[in-house]
Amino acid sequence: MSGGTYLGMPAFPRAAEAATRDERLRANLTHATHTIRDKRARAVAELPDWAELRAAGAAIKDRTLRHLDSYLERLEAAVTAAGGQVHWAADAAQANEIVTRLVLQTGEREVVKVKSMATQELGLNAALERAGVRAFETDLAELIVQLGDDLPSHILVPAIHRNRREIRDIFTERMGEWGRPAPEGLTDEPADLAEAARLHLRQKFLDAKVGISGANFMVAETGTMVVVESEGNGRMCLTLPETLISVVGIEKVVPTWRDLEVFLQLLPRSSTAERMNPYTSMWTGTSDGDGPSTFHLVLVDNGRTDTLADEVGRQALRCIRCSACLNVCPVYERAGGHAYGSAYPGPIGAILTPQLRGVDTVLDASLPYASSLCGACYEVCPVAIDIPEVLVRLRERVVEGGEATVRGSRVRIRPARGHAAERAAMRAARWALDHPGALRAGQRVAGRMRRLQPRRLPGPGAAWSRTRDMPPLPPESFRSWWRRTRGESGEAGR
Amino acid sequence: MNAREVVLGRVRRALADVPREEDPEREPLERGYLDSHQPADAVGLLAENLADYRALVHRSTPEELPGLVARLLAERGAASVVVPAGLPPEWLAEVPREVRRVPDEAADTARRLDGVDSVVTGCAVAIAETGTVVLDAGPDQGRRRITLVPDHHVCVVVVPDQVVDSVPQGLRRLDPARPLTWISGPSATSDIELDRVEGVHGPRRLDVVLLEE
Ligand code: SF4
Repeated sequence: MSGGTYLGMPAFPRAAEAATRDERLRANLTHATHTIRDKRARAVAELPDWAELRAAGAAIKDRTLRHLDSYLERLEAAVTAAGGQVHWAADAAQANEIVTRLVLQTGEREVVKVKSMATQELGLNAALERAGVRAFETDLAELIVQLGDDLPSHILVPAIHRNRREIRDIFTERMGEWGRPAPEGLTDEPADLAEAARLHLRQKFLDAKVGISGANFMVAETGTMVVVESEGNGRMCLTLPETLISVVGIEKVVPTWRDLEVFLQLLPRSSTAERMNPYTSMWTGTSDGDGPSTFHLVLVDNGRTDTLADEVGRQALRCIRCSACLNVCPVYERAGGHAYGSAYPGPIGAILTPQLRGVDTVLDASLPYASSLCGACYEVCPVAIDIPEVLVRLRERVVEGGEATVRGSRVRIRPARGHAAERAAMRAARWALDHPGALRAGQRVAGRMRRLQPRRLPGPGAAWSRTRDMPPLPPESFRSWWRRTRGESGEAGR
Repeated sequence: MNAREVVLGRVRRALADVPREEDPEREPLERGYLDSHQPADAVGLLAENLADYRALVHRSTPEELPGLVARLLAERGAASVVVPAGLPPEWLAEVPREVRRVPDEAADTARRLDGVDSVVTGCAVAIAETGTVVLDAGPDQGRRRITLVPDHHVCVVVVPDQVVDSVPQGLRRLDPARPLTWISGPSATSDIELDRVEGVHGPRRLDVVLLEE
């Protein structure tokens, strides 16, 4: 009942192919991504200094990453001084072991959780379940995913692949197994579904003794943790329990309190397209009589230092998980979130997952090809991550092999030539090229502005692709080529 | 080696390309963005942005305030209201005696608060450009949970004193050592087909009173 697992996911092209055949999923995704995309553009246009905020956001993150060791030590000292306890985990197994031990020490067997990509990445819920601890997800979307025994498919809207009728059915069938059942005669009106979730979860919040969260930002200077949310379930998990355990990737640290002025402007507008999200909680250690009396911070590496070791790939660690890159990505729109096979879907997943895990699985080798390099993701990224640049870099690694850091050690990755990985990569590349949305967006390449990062194109990946078995770019328009080669019904992108 | 040493060691090895003498404290960071977007009427903008995110905004003089608070509680049919220890008593002067006053106490449980209808608080600062009120658990605001569990929150902002233009100005007024809650409209979700629904777990109704002193 801990939800699905990403392990054993098929490589990107196969999963993507299945997703594109699913009409409803695609319709849901197209509607959702286009809606948020337009709203985001309006929210960003309100700020005349957006470019400067973006540059500052990138600069602060770069500065932090270049001196990550000292900022982490400073953070640890500040959190400890404020009454918190800091734990370190080199990998997922250690992180899960620490959290499980901390929960068991309280004597509790149930915890409430606020959405956290890090714990999803770690597979924490499954680890807790093995130790006899039930973790209740409390974000509406995460609840839908958990009750449906499913996997999240979008960073911001994890249940984006479910429509209201499916959600009604999941609530009606499954809520009773987890706690308060759904009300009799539940309709599929979003307001009624939200009310059902409110009633179901309220019992859990009021009884909860242990809360588990992630964090959007951690301030090294003050030891302050920041969680940005909409529904109020975050506030519930952060303030009502006696014990709070926050599980956070080491890259989430920012140097100073003042730096929040940049990210609290960049994140809400990029993510939910709001001037500000409904609720932001900030806390520093523990406070007498207000909120949890015990606070644990678990700092997680799990591949982040491997990512840090690559001078080009390092920039992926600037990511503030806003999901703007997903919403503009033609490949994501077609393929859906599950095809990326990790907690991180879309363009950011295509560069983060292979680096966090090392490109030694067939899926991870195919991810850097799950893109048409159109650059739309770079344009919207609030911290200016040059995703195409990192993709090219990772393709180079798949194809030519070379130095990489895996679990802290320098290793030579062997080229994927002739292996399953290469074939999967090729299929992913072909898949991306085979989809008209992907190519339409590719036409933007010529006009894009690259103010913050030097361009490293075409890169070895492109040279390689010329000599390999891949359909050459047709001289005719992609649409007509598509119709000609795939027949009339192909235009929808199947 | 413990995990801490392992992680920090990996970080240091990963940063072999960073010159040892590089000192981030000595290099000022380029902050080309604005400190404020200079709204002509910060209080007006605050009201507009709060309303845009479905908070109910009211303007009041000190004389009108007790009547307004009483009316807002009555509209919700509130039979009980949480009162932070430092709330000015006159704010509730016209709330009928039958409406039970619940003090904010450390020993209180979330379950007990769940039975209370409304809460009235002040705030620490309000940010016009984003339509945000920030609570810092000050005496007129109380513990974080009292503005979370009841379904109705009345928040009084003293204008123009407590209003700043922008996020940078807001952060400068706040003390990071205090527990902070930034509130921009009532809780909401867009998780079901991206339809925005107000009110999931936090108070479903947020009344903001702009008190002109
Ligand atoms: S890569 Fe950039 S756009 Fe994508 S989620 Fe991260 S911060 Fe947002």
